[in-house]
Amino acid sequence: MIRVKNLTIGLFLSMFVIGLMCTQTLGETLKMSTTTSTQASGLLDVLLPELEKDTGIRIKVIAKGTGAAIRDGIDGNVDVIFVHAKAREEKFVADGFGTKRYAVMHNDFVILGPASDPAGIKGMKDAATALARIAASGSMFISRGDDSGTHTKEQALWKSSGVKLKQTTQSIVKKGKKTQISFFQPEGASWYRSIGQGMGKTLTFADEKQAYTLADRGTYIKYKFGREVPVDLEVLSEGDELLSNPYGVIPINPKTHPHVKFAVARQFAEWLVSKRGQDLIGGYRLLGKQLFYPDAL
Amino acid sequence: MGFLTDSLVSAVLLAISLDRELMEIVMVSLRVSASSTLIASILGIPLGIVVAFETFPGKRFVITILNTLLALPTVAIGLFVYALIARRGIFGPLDLLYSQKAIIIGQVILIIPVIITFTIAAINHIDDRYHKTAMTLGANRRQTALVIFREARYGIVAAVIAAFGRVVSEVGISMMLGGNARGFTRTITTAMALEYDKGEFVLAVALGIILISISFGLNLLFHLMQGRGKK
Repeated sequence: MIRVKNLTIGLFLSMFVIGLMCTQTLGETLKMSTTTSTQASGLLDVLLPELEKDTGIRIKVIAKGTGAAIRDGIDGNVDVIFVHAKAREEKFVADGFGTKRYAVMHNDFVILGPASDPAGIKGMKDAATALARIAASGSMFISRGDDSGTHTKEQALWKSSGVKLKQTTQSIVKKGKKTQISFFQPEGASWYRSIGQGMGKTLTFADEKQAYTLADRGTYIKYKFGREVPVDLEVLSEGDELLSNPYGVIPINPKTHPHVKFAVARQFAEWLVSKRGQDLIGGYRLLGKQLFYPDAL
Repeated sequence: MGFLTDSLVSAVLLAISLDRELMEIVMVSLRVSASSTLIASILGIPLGIVVAFETFPGKRFVITILNTLLALPTVAIGLFVYALIARRGIFGPLDLLYSQKAIIIGQVILIIPVIITFTIAAINHIDDRYHKTAMTLGANRRQTALVIFREARYGIVAAVIAAFGRVVSEVGISMMLGGNARGFTRTITTAMALEYDKGEFVLAVALGIILISISFGLNLLFHLMQGRGKK
Protein backbone atom coordinates (compact mmCIF):
# COMPACT_ATOMS: atom_id res chain seq x y z
CA MET A 1 0.00 0.00 0.00
CA ILE A 2 2.73 2.37 1.02
CA ARG A 3 4.53 1.70 -2.22
CA VAL A 4 1.40 2.47 -4.25
CA LYS A 5 0.97 5.66 -2.25
CA ASN A 6 4.58 6.68 -2.85
CA LEU A 7 4.19 5.89 -6.51
CA THR A 8 1.11 8.08 -6.74
CA ILE A 9 2.82 10.94 -4.95
CA GLY A 10 5.85 10.54 -7.19
CA LEU A 11 3.64 10.54 -10.26
CA PHE A 12 1.89 13.71 -9.14
CA LEU A 13 5.17 15.40 -8.33
CA SER A 14 6.70 14.56 -11.68
CA MET A 15 3.56 15.75 -13.47
CA PHE A 16 3.80 18.97 -11.52
CA VAL A 17 7.47 19.41 -12.43
CA ILE A 18 6.81 18.63 -16.09
CA GLY A 19 3.94 21.11 -16.01
CA LEU A 20 6.23 23.77 -14.58
CA MET A 21 8.87 23.06 -17.19
CA CYS A 22 6.29 23.37 -19.94
CA THR A 23 5.19 26.80 -18.79
CA GLN A 24 8.85 27.81 -18.58
CA THR A 25 9.61 26.88 -22.16
CA LEU A 26 6.43 28.55 -23.39
CA GLY A 27 7.72 31.95 -22.35
CA GLU A 28 5.65 34.83 -21.07
CA THR A 29 1.90 34.99 -21.55
CA LEU A 30 0.11 38.31 -21.63
CA LYS A 31 -3.58 38.95 -21.24
CA MET A 32 -4.91 41.49 -23.71
CA SER A 33 -8.38 42.94 -24.04
CA THR A 34 -9.03 44.20 -27.52
CA THR A 35 -11.83 45.26 -29.79
CA THR A 36 -13.64 42.65 -31.80
CA SER A 37 -12.41 44.24 -35.05
CA THR A 38 -8.72 43.33 -34.57
CA GLN A 39 -9.67 39.71 -34.06
CA ALA A 40 -12.57 39.45 -36.50
CA SER A 41 -10.49 41.01 -39.30
CA GLY A 42 -7.91 38.26 -38.90
CA LEU A 43 -5.05 40.67 -38.20
CA LEU A 44 -4.18 39.10 -34.86
CA ASP A 45 -3.95 35.68 -36.46
CA VAL A 46 -1.05 37.02 -38.52
CA LEU A 47 0.59 39.22 -35.90
CA LEU A 48 0.57 36.95 -32.87
CA PRO A 49 2.43 33.93 -34.33
CA GLU A 50 5.15 36.30 -35.63
CA LEU A 51 5.31 37.99 -32.23
CA GLU A 52 5.83 34.64 -30.57
CA LYS A 53 8.56 33.73 -33.06
CA ASP A 54 10.40 37.02 -32.44
CA THR A 55 10.00 37.45 -28.71
CA GLY A 56 8.48 34.28 -27.24
CA ILE A 57 5.55 36.30 -25.96
CA ARG A 58 2.18 34.61 -26.14
CA ILE A 59 -1.01 36.64 -25.98
CA LYS A 60 -4.29 35.52 -24.51
CA VAL A 61 -6.82 37.58 -26.45
CA ILE A 62 -10.10 38.68 -24.94
CA ALA A 63 -12.12 40.34 -27.71
CA LYS A 64 -14.81 42.77 -26.58
CA GLY A 65 -16.12 46.22 -27.40
CA THR A 66 -13.71 49.08 -26.75
CA GLY A 67 -15.72 50.17 -23.70
CA ALA A 68 -15.46 46.75 -22.09
CA ALA A 69 -11.78 46.44 -23.03
CA ILE A 70 -11.04 49.77 -21.36
CA ARG A 71 -13.04 48.64 -18.37
CA ASP A 72 -10.87 45.52 -18.15
CA GLY A 73 -7.84 47.83 -18.14
CA ILE A 74 -9.31 50.01 -15.38
CA ASP A 75 -10.03 46.93 -13.26
CA GLY A 76 -6.58 45.48 -13.92
CA ASN A 77 -8.02 42.30 -15.44
CA VAL A 78 -5.48 42.37 -18.27
CA ASP A 79 -1.89 43.46 -18.91
CA VAL A 80 -2.45 45.47 -22.07
CA ILE A 81 -5.32 46.85 -24.15
CA PHE A 82 -5.50 47.33 -27.93
CA VAL A 83 -8.46 49.54 -28.80
CA HIS A 84 -9.80 52.31 -31.04
CA ALA A 85 -11.29 55.34 -29.33
CA LYS A 86 -8.49 57.90 -29.24
CA ALA A 87 -10.05 60.46 -26.87
CA ARG A 88 -10.98 57.76 -24.37
CA GLU A 89 -7.56 56.15 -24.64
CA GLU A 90 -5.88 59.46 -23.85
CA LYS A 91 -8.16 59.91 -20.85
CA PHE A 92 -7.34 56.36 -19.76
CA VAL A 93 -3.62 57.22 -19.76
CA ALA A 94 -4.21 60.62 -18.12
CA ASP A 95 -6.19 58.93 -15.33
CA GLY A 96 -3.16 56.78 -14.55
CA PHE A 97 -4.52 53.41 -15.71
CA GLY A 98 -2.09 53.10 -18.61
CA THR A 99 1.50 54.21 -19.02
CA LYS A 100 1.49 55.41 -22.61
CA ARG A 101 -0.64 55.24 -25.75
CA TYR A 102 1.28 53.85 -28.70
CA ALA A 103 -0.30 54.91 -32.01
CA VAL A 104 -0.23 51.65 -33.96
CA MET A 105 -2.36 51.94 -37.07
CA HIS A 106 -5.59 53.23 -38.52
CA ASN A 107 -8.31 52.12 -40.88
CA ASP A 108 -11.63 53.72 -41.62
CA PHE A 109 -15.34 53.47 -41.07
CA VAL A 110 -17.88 53.24 -43.86
CA ILE A 111 -21.61 53.89 -43.95
CA LEU A 112 -23.36 50.83 -45.30
CA GLY A 113 -26.83 50.33 -46.60
CA PRO A 114 -28.97 48.33 -49.03
CA ALA A 115 -28.28 48.66 -52.75
CA SER A 116 -31.74 50.18 -53.19
CA ASP A 117 -30.51 53.10 -51.01
CA PRO A 118 -33.90 54.58 -50.00
CA ALA A 119 -32.24 57.60 -48.37
CA GLY A 120 -30.19 58.39 -51.47
CA ILE A 121 -26.77 58.77 -49.85
CA LYS A 122 -24.71 56.83 -52.39
CA GLY A 123 -21.41 58.53 -53.17
CA MET A 124 -21.78 61.21 -50.49
CA LYS A 125 -18.44 62.06 -48.94
CA ASP A 126 -19.84 64.06 -46.04
CA ALA A 127 -20.71 61.39 -43.47
CA ALA A 128 -22.67 63.68 -41.14
CA THR A 129 -24.92 64.88 -43.97
CA ALA A 130 -25.43 61.29 -45.06
CA LEU A 131 -26.70 60.43 -41.58
CA ALA A 132 -28.98 63.49 -41.64
CA ARG A 133 -30.47 62.19 -44.92
CA ILE A 134 -31.04 58.75 -43.44
CA ALA A 135 -32.81 60.40 -40.50
CA ALA A 136 -34.92 62.58 -42.80
CA SER A 137 -35.98 59.59 -44.90
CA GLY A 138 -36.85 57.56 -41.81
CA SER A 139 -34.97 54.51 -43.13
CA MET A 140 -33.97 52.01 -40.48
CA PHE A 141 -30.52 52.53 -38.96
CA ILE A 142 -28.84 49.88 -36.82
CA SER A 143 -26.56 51.12 -34.05
CA ARG A 144 -24.00 49.03 -32.21
CA GLY A 145 -25.21 50.72 -29.02
CA ASP A 146 -22.62 48.83 -26.99
CA ASP A 147 -20.32 51.65 -25.95
CA SER A 148 -17.70 50.37 -28.40
CA GLY A 149 -15.30 52.46 -30.48
CA THR A 150 -17.69 52.25 -33.43
CA HIS A 151 -20.57 53.36 -31.23
CA THR A 152 -18.49 56.26 -29.91
CA LYS A 153 -17.75 57.29 -33.51
CA GLU A 154 -21.38 56.97 -34.51
CA GLN A 155 -22.51 59.26 -31.68
CA ALA A 156 -19.90 61.84 -32.72
CA LEU A 157 -21.25 61.71 -36.27
CA TRP A 158 -24.83 62.16 -35.12
CA LYS A 159 -23.73 65.19 -33.11
CA SER A 160 -22.30 66.85 -36.21
CA SER A 161 -25.27 65.80 -38.38
CA GLY A 162 -27.61 68.39 -36.87
CA VAL A 163 -30.29 65.76 -36.20
CA LYS A 164 -32.09 66.44 -32.93
CA LEU A 165 -30.64 64.10 -30.35
CA LYS A 166 -31.94 62.67 -27.15
CA GLN A 167 -29.54 62.25 -24.28
CA THR A 168 -30.09 59.32 -21.97
CA THR A 169 -28.44 59.72 -18.64
CA GLN A 170 -28.01 57.13 -15.99
CA SER A 171 -27.03 57.94 -12.44
CA ILE A 172 -24.62 55.45 -11.03
CA VAL A 173 -22.47 55.26 -7.95
CA LYS A 174 -18.77 54.83 -8.55
CA LYS A 175 -16.24 54.71 -5.71
CA GLY A 176 -18.98 55.90 -3.33
CA LYS A 177 -19.66 59.02 -5.42
CA LYS A 178 -22.65 59.67 -7.60
CA THR A 179 -21.66 60.10 -11.23
CA GLN A 180 -23.56 60.04 -14.48
CA ILE A 181 -23.01 58.30 -17.76
CA SER A 182 -24.88 59.37 -20.84
CA PHE A 183 -25.22 58.53 -24.47
CA PHE A 184 -26.98 60.07 -27.45
CA GLN A 185 -29.39 58.87 -30.08
CA PRO A 186 -31.80 60.58 -32.47
CA GLU A 187 -34.88 61.79 -30.66
CA GLY A 188 -38.18 59.94 -31.03
CA ALA A 189 -36.83 57.80 -33.84
CA SER A 190 -38.78 54.61 -34.44
CA TRP A 191 -36.34 53.83 -37.26
CA TYR A 192 -33.31 53.73 -34.96
CA ARG A 193 -32.36 50.34 -33.52
CA SER A 194 -29.73 50.27 -30.82
CA ILE A 195 -28.91 46.58 -30.47
CA GLY A 196 -25.92 46.54 -28.15
CA GLN A 197 -23.94 43.88 -29.98
CA GLY A 198 -20.65 43.35 -31.80
CA MET A 199 -19.83 44.48 -35.32
CA GLY A 200 -20.47 41.14 -36.99
CA LYS A 201 -23.86 40.75 -35.35
CA THR A 202 -24.75 44.33 -36.26
CA LEU A 203 -23.90 43.64 -39.91
CA THR A 204 -26.10 40.57 -40.06
CA PHE A 205 -28.88 42.50 -38.31
CA ALA A 206 -28.62 45.32 -40.88
CA ASP A 207 -28.47 42.74 -43.65
CA GLU A 208 -31.62 41.01 -42.40
CA LYS A 209 -33.49 44.27 -42.07
CA GLN A 210 -31.90 45.86 -45.18
CA ALA A 211 -31.03 48.86 -43.05
CA TYR A 212 -28.21 51.39 -42.81
CA THR A 213 -25.35 51.07 -40.37
CA LEU A 214 -21.86 52.30 -39.57
CA ALA A 215 -19.10 49.68 -39.72
CA ASP A 216 -15.34 49.42 -39.73
CA ARG A 217 -14.09 48.50 -43.18
CA GLY A 218 -12.26 45.37 -42.04
CA THR A 219 -15.25 43.60 -40.58
CA TYR A 220 -17.34 44.68 -43.58
CA ILE A 221 -14.88 43.19 -46.10
CA LYS A 222 -14.83 39.99 -44.11
CA TYR A 223 -18.61 39.74 -44.10
CA LYS A 224 -18.98 40.86 -47.71
CA PHE A 225 -16.24 38.90 -49.46
CA GLY A 226 -15.13 36.28 -46.97
CA ARG A 227 -18.33 34.34 -46.46
CA GLU A 228 -20.32 31.83 -48.42
CA VAL A 229 -23.43 33.93 -47.95
CA PRO A 230 -22.21 37.52 -48.20
CA VAL A 231 -24.09 40.29 -46.45
CA ASP A 232 -26.33 42.12 -48.86
CA LEU A 233 -25.05 45.62 -48.03
CA GLU A 234 -23.04 48.17 -50.03
CA VAL A 235 -20.58 50.89 -49.06
CA LEU A 236 -22.60 54.05 -49.68
CA SER A 237 -20.53 56.76 -48.02
CA GLU A 238 -16.78 56.72 -47.38
CA GLY A 239 -13.67 58.85 -47.32
CA ASP A 240 -14.73 61.53 -44.83
CA GLU A 241 -11.98 62.72 -42.46
CA LEU A 242 -14.45 62.09 -39.62
CA LEU A 243 -14.56 58.40 -40.54
CA SER A 244 -10.90 57.79 -39.76
CA ASN A 245 -10.39 55.10 -37.13
CA PRO A 246 -7.07 55.10 -35.24
CA TYR A 247 -5.97 52.17 -33.10
CA GLY A 248 -3.74 52.43 -30.05
CA VAL A 249 -2.12 49.95 -27.71
CA ILE A 250 -1.68 50.78 -24.03
CA PRO A 251 0.21 48.77 -21.37
CA ILE A 252 -1.57 48.88 -18.03
CA ASN A 253 0.16 51.05 -15.41
CA PRO A 254 1.96 48.89 -12.82
CA LYS A 255 1.62 51.74 -10.30
CA THR A 256 -2.17 51.31 -10.36
CA HIS A 257 -2.15 47.53 -10.72
CA PRO A 258 1.13 46.11 -9.37
CA HIS A 259 0.30 42.57 -10.52
CA VAL A 260 0.39 43.31 -14.27
CA LYS A 261 3.31 42.12 -16.39
CA PHE A 262 4.36 45.60 -17.37
CA ALA A 263 7.80 44.86 -18.84
CA VAL A 264 6.40 42.23 -21.18
CA ALA A 265 3.44 44.42 -22.11
CA ARG A 266 5.82 47.26 -23.01
CA GLN A 267 7.95 44.88 -25.05
CA PHE A 268 4.83 43.84 -26.96
CA ALA A 269 3.78 47.46 -27.59
CA GLU A 270 7.25 48.37 -28.80
CA TRP A 271 7.32 45.37 -31.10
CA LEU A 272 4.01 46.51 -32.64
CA VAL A 273 5.38 49.99 -33.45
CA SER A 274 8.79 48.65 -34.58
CA LYS A 275 9.57 48.34 -38.29
CA ARG A 276 8.90 44.61 -38.09
CA GLY A 277 5.43 44.98 -36.55
CA GLN A 278 4.49 47.91 -38.76
CA ASP A 279 5.55 46.06 -41.93
CA LEU A 280 3.39 43.13 -40.95
CA ILE A 281 0.40 45.42 -40.34
CA GLY A 282 0.89 47.33 -43.63
CA GLY A 283 1.38 44.09 -45.51
CA TYR A 284 -1.71 42.38 -44.16
CA ARG A 285 -4.25 41.72 -46.86
CA LEU A 286 -7.77 40.50 -46.30
CA LEU A 287 -9.12 38.95 -49.47
CA GLY A 288 -6.65 41.03 -51.46
CA LYS A 289 -7.55 44.31 -49.77
CA GLN A 290 -5.35 46.36 -47.45
CA LEU A 291 -7.17 46.94 -44.18
CA PHE A 292 -4.81 48.74 -41.83
CA TYR A 293 -2.35 51.57 -42.41
CA PRO A 294 0.64 51.70 -40.05
CA ASP A 295 0.90 54.93 -38.06
CA ALA A 296 4.29 54.60 -36.35
CA LEU A 297 6.71 54.59 -39.28
CA MET B 1 -15.13 44.89 -3.05
CA GLY B 2 -15.93 48.56 -3.60
CA PHE B 3 -17.28 47.70 -6.98
CA LEU B 4 -19.86 45.28 -5.66
CA THR B 5 -21.25 47.66 -3.04
CA ASP B 6 -21.22 50.52 -5.58
CA SER B 7 -23.15 48.40 -8.04
CA LEU B 8 -25.61 47.26 -5.40
CA VAL B 9 -26.29 50.77 -4.10
CA SER B 10 -26.71 52.20 -7.62
CA ALA B 11 -28.89 49.27 -8.55
CA VAL B 12 -31.23 49.84 -5.64
CA LEU B 13 -31.37 53.58 -6.44
CA LEU B 14 -32.15 52.78 -10.04
CA ALA B 15 -34.90 50.33 -9.12
CA ILE B 16 -36.50 52.74 -6.63
CA SER B 17 -36.41 55.68 -9.03
CA LEU B 18 -38.39 53.60 -11.56
CA ASP B 19 -35.89 54.65 -14.22
CA ARG B 20 -37.66 54.87 -17.58
CA GLU B 21 -35.23 52.69 -19.44
CA LEU B 22 -35.27 50.09 -16.70
CA MET B 23 -39.06 49.98 -16.70
CA GLU B 24 -39.12 49.69 -20.47
CA ILE B 25 -36.83 46.66 -20.35
CA VAL B 26 -38.86 45.04 -17.56
CA MET B 27 -42.11 45.63 -19.47
CA VAL B 28 -40.73 44.06 -22.66
CA SER B 29 -39.58 41.03 -20.68
CA LEU B 30 -42.89 40.59 -18.88
CA ARG B 31 -44.98 41.09 -22.01
CA VAL B 32 -42.98 38.60 -24.04
CA SER B 33 -42.72 35.98 -21.29
CA ALA B 34 -46.39 36.25 -20.34
CA SER B 35 -47.45 35.89 -23.98
CA SER B 36 -45.32 32.83 -24.60
CA THR B 37 -46.41 31.23 -21.31
CA LEU B 38 -50.07 31.88 -22.15
CA ILE B 39 -49.79 30.42 -25.65
CA ALA B 40 -47.77 27.42 -24.46
CA SER B 41 -50.32 26.78 -21.68
CA ILE B 42 -53.28 26.90 -24.04
CA LEU B 43 -51.56 24.37 -26.26
CA GLY B 44 -49.69 22.34 -23.65
CA ILE B 45 -52.19 21.71 -20.83
CA PRO B 46 -54.83 20.00 -23.03
CA LEU B 47 -52.09 17.96 -24.70
CA GLY B 48 -50.75 16.93 -21.31
CA ILE B 49 -54.23 15.88 -20.17
CA VAL B 50 -54.78 13.85 -23.31
CA VAL B 51 -51.43 12.07 -22.99
CA ALA B 52 -52.07 11.38 -19.29
CA PHE B 53 -55.59 9.96 -19.71
CA GLU B 54 -55.45 8.17 -23.01
CA THR B 55 -53.63 4.93 -23.59
CA PHE B 56 -52.14 4.56 -27.01
CA PRO B 57 -49.27 2.61 -28.54
CA GLY B 58 -45.90 4.30 -28.05
CA LYS B 59 -47.11 6.37 -25.09
CA ARG B 60 -44.01 5.65 -23.03
CA PHE B 61 -41.85 6.60 -25.99
CA VAL B 62 -43.68 9.91 -26.39
CA ILE B 63 -43.10 10.66 -22.71
CA THR B 64 -39.40 9.81 -23.08
CA ILE B 65 -39.16 12.19 -26.03
CA LEU B 66 -40.93 14.92 -24.05
CA ASN B 67 -38.53 14.44 -21.14
CA THR B 68 -35.60 14.74 -23.53
CA LEU B 69 -37.02 17.94 -24.94
CA LEU B 70 -36.95 19.41 -21.43
CA ALA B 71 -33.20 19.67 -21.83
CA LEU B 72 -33.34 21.38 -25.22
CA PRO B 73 -30.76 24.19 -25.18
CA THR B 74 -32.16 27.64 -25.87
CA VAL B 75 -29.43 28.36 -28.40
CA ALA B 76 -30.43 25.27 -30.39
CA ILE B 77 -34.04 26.48 -30.56
CA GLY B 78 -32.80 29.96 -31.39
CA LEU B 79 -30.72 28.68 -34.27
CA PHE B 80 -33.48 26.46 -35.61
CA VAL B 81 -36.13 29.20 -35.57
CA TYR B 82 -33.58 31.69 -36.93
CA ALA B 83 -32.96 29.49 -39.96
CA LEU B 84 -36.70 29.37 -40.60
CA ILE B 85 -37.54 33.06 -40.25
CA ALA B 86 -34.35 34.74 -41.54
CA ARG B 87 -34.71 36.79 -44.71
CA ARG B 88 -33.37 33.86 -46.73
CA GLY B 89 -35.45 31.29 -44.80
CA ILE B 90 -38.85 29.82 -45.62
CA PHE B 91 -40.77 32.36 -43.56
CA GLY B 92 -38.42 35.20 -44.48
CA PRO B 93 -41.04 37.31 -46.25
CA LEU B 94 -43.02 37.61 -42.99
CA ASP B 95 -40.19 39.79 -41.61
CA LEU B 96 -40.47 38.18 -38.18
CA LEU B 97 -36.80 38.11 -37.20
CA TYR B 98 -35.69 40.57 -34.51
CA SER B 99 -39.19 41.21 -33.25
CA GLN B 100 -41.04 40.28 -30.07
CA LYS B 101 -43.07 37.76 -32.06
CA ALA B 102 -39.88 35.93 -32.98
CA ILE B 103 -38.90 35.61 -29.32
CA ILE B 104 -42.38 34.36 -28.44
CA ILE B 105 -42.22 31.66 -31.13
CA GLY B 106 -38.91 30.40 -29.80
CA GLN B 107 -40.02 30.52 -26.18
CA VAL B 108 -43.25 28.64 -26.87
CA ILE B 109 -41.18 25.83 -28.39
CA LEU B 110 -38.95 25.93 -25.33
CA ILE B 111 -41.68 25.54 -22.69
CA ILE B 112 -44.34 23.42 -24.34
CA PRO B 113 -42.48 20.24 -23.23
CA VAL B 114 -42.23 21.71 -19.71
CA ILE B 115 -45.96 22.32 -19.50
CA ILE B 116 -46.91 18.96 -21.01
CA THR B 117 -44.61 16.85 -18.82
CA PHE B 118 -45.49 18.76 -15.65
CA THR B 119 -49.19 18.37 -16.45
CA ILE B 120 -48.78 14.63 -17.00
CA ALA B 121 -46.83 14.31 -13.76
CA ALA B 122 -49.45 16.31 -11.84
CA ILE B 123 -52.25 14.10 -13.10
CA ASN B 124 -50.37 10.85 -12.53
CA HIS B 125 -49.62 12.01 -9.01
CA ILE B 126 -53.31 12.02 -8.09
CA ASP B 127 -54.28 9.00 -6.05
CA ASP B 128 -55.87 6.33 -8.20
CA ARG B 129 -58.76 6.11 -5.72
CA TYR B 130 -60.15 9.42 -6.97
CA HIS B 131 -60.37 7.86 -10.36
CA LYS B 132 -62.09 4.74 -9.09
CA THR B 133 -64.40 6.59 -6.73
CA ALA B 134 -65.57 8.91 -9.47
CA MET B 135 -66.18 5.94 -11.74
CA THR B 136 -68.11 3.98 -9.12
CA LEU B 137 -70.25 7.06 -8.40
CA GLY B 138 -71.30 6.83 -12.02
CA ALA B 139 -69.16 9.54 -13.57
CA ASN B 140 -68.48 9.19 -17.27
CA ARG B 141 -65.02 9.59 -18.75
CA ARG B 142 -65.28 13.33 -19.16
CA GLN B 143 -66.59 13.85 -15.65
CA THR B 144 -63.86 11.64 -14.24
CA ALA B 145 -61.26 13.63 -16.12
CA LEU B 146 -62.74 16.82 -14.68
CA VAL B 147 -62.47 15.48 -11.14
CA ILE B 148 -58.84 14.49 -11.64
CA PHE B 149 -58.13 17.83 -13.30
CA ARG B 150 -59.58 19.67 -10.30
CA GLU B 151 -57.40 17.68 -7.97
CA ALA B 152 -54.33 18.24 -10.14
CA ARG B 153 -54.85 21.98 -10.55
CA TYR B 154 -52.03 23.02 -8.21
CA GLY B 155 -49.62 20.83 -10.05
CA ILE B 156 -50.73 22.39 -13.30
CA VAL B 157 -50.36 25.90 -11.94
CA ALA B 158 -46.88 24.86 -10.85
CA ALA B 159 -46.21 23.82 -14.44
CA VAL B 160 -47.24 27.25 -15.69
CA ILE B 161 -45.10 29.00 -13.10
CA ALA B 162 -42.10 26.82 -13.89
CA ALA B 163 -42.59 27.58 -17.58
CA PHE B 164 -42.80 31.30 -16.94
CA GLY B 165 -39.66 31.12 -14.81
CA ARG B 166 -37.88 29.36 -17.63
CA VAL B 167 -38.75 31.95 -20.31
CA VAL B 168 -38.29 35.05 -18.21
CA SER B 169 -34.78 33.91 -17.30
CA GLU B 170 -33.58 32.54 -20.65
CA VAL B 171 -31.17 34.55 -22.74
CA GLY B 172 -30.29 32.45 -25.82
CA ILE B 173 -33.60 32.72 -27.67
CA SER B 174 -34.20 36.36 -26.76
CA MET B 175 -30.75 37.32 -27.98
CA MET B 176 -30.73 35.30 -31.20
CA LEU B 177 -34.29 35.95 -32.30
CA GLY B 178 -34.97 39.31 -30.67
CA GLY B 179 -31.59 40.86 -31.36
CA ASN B 180 -31.57 43.01 -28.20
CA ALA B 181 -32.86 46.16 -29.94
CA ARG B 182 -33.28 48.88 -27.33
CA GLY B 183 -36.93 49.67 -26.64
CA PHE B 184 -38.12 46.89 -28.94
CA THR B 185 -36.68 43.53 -28.01
CA ARG B 186 -34.32 44.32 -25.14
CA THR B 187 -35.31 42.03 -22.28
CA ILE B 188 -33.99 41.82 -18.76
CA THR B 189 -31.57 39.02 -19.59
CA THR B 190 -30.27 40.41 -22.89
CA ALA B 191 -29.80 43.81 -21.26
CA MET B 192 -27.79 42.13 -18.51
CA ALA B 193 -25.60 40.37 -21.05
CA LEU B 194 -25.08 43.68 -22.87
CA GLU B 195 -24.20 45.66 -19.75
CA TYR B 196 -21.72 42.95 -18.85
CA ASP B 197 -20.16 43.25 -22.32
CA LYS B 198 -19.98 47.02 -21.97
CA GLY B 199 -18.25 46.70 -18.63
CA GLU B 200 -21.08 48.62 -16.93
CA PHE B 201 -22.38 46.47 -14.13
CA VAL B 202 -24.84 48.81 -12.41
CA LEU B 203 -27.81 48.32 -14.69
CA ALA B 204 -26.94 44.61 -14.93
CA VAL B 205 -27.06 44.20 -11.16
CA ALA B 206 -30.27 46.26 -10.91
CA LEU B 207 -31.91 44.07 -13.53
CA GLY B 208 -30.65 40.97 -11.78
CA ILE B 209 -32.28 42.13 -8.57
CA ILE B 210 -35.56 42.77 -10.37
CA LEU B 211 -35.43 39.37 -12.07
CA ILE B 212 -34.94 37.61 -8.76
CA SER B 213 -37.73 39.70 -7.18
CA ILE B 214 -40.12 38.70 -9.95
CA SER B 215 -39.50 34.98 -9.50
CA PHE B 216 -39.62 35.32 -5.72
CA GLY B 217 -42.94 37.16 -5.95
CA LEU B 218 -44.39 34.54 -8.24
CA ASN B 219 -43.32 31.65 -6.06
CA LEU B 220 -44.61 33.41 -2.96
CA LEU B 221 -47.96 33.86 -4.65
CA PHE B 222 -48.04 30.21 -5.58
CA HIS B 223 -47.08 29.18 -2.08
CA LEU B 224 -49.95 31.25 -0.61
CA MET B 225 -52.40 29.81 -3.10
CA GLN B 226 -51.32 26.29 -2.28
CA GLY B 227 -51.59 26.97 1.43
CA ARG B 228 -55.16 28.17 1.01
CA GLY B 229 -55.98 25.18 -1.15
CA LYS B 230 -54.78 22.69 1.45
CA LYS B 231 -56.95 24.17 4.24
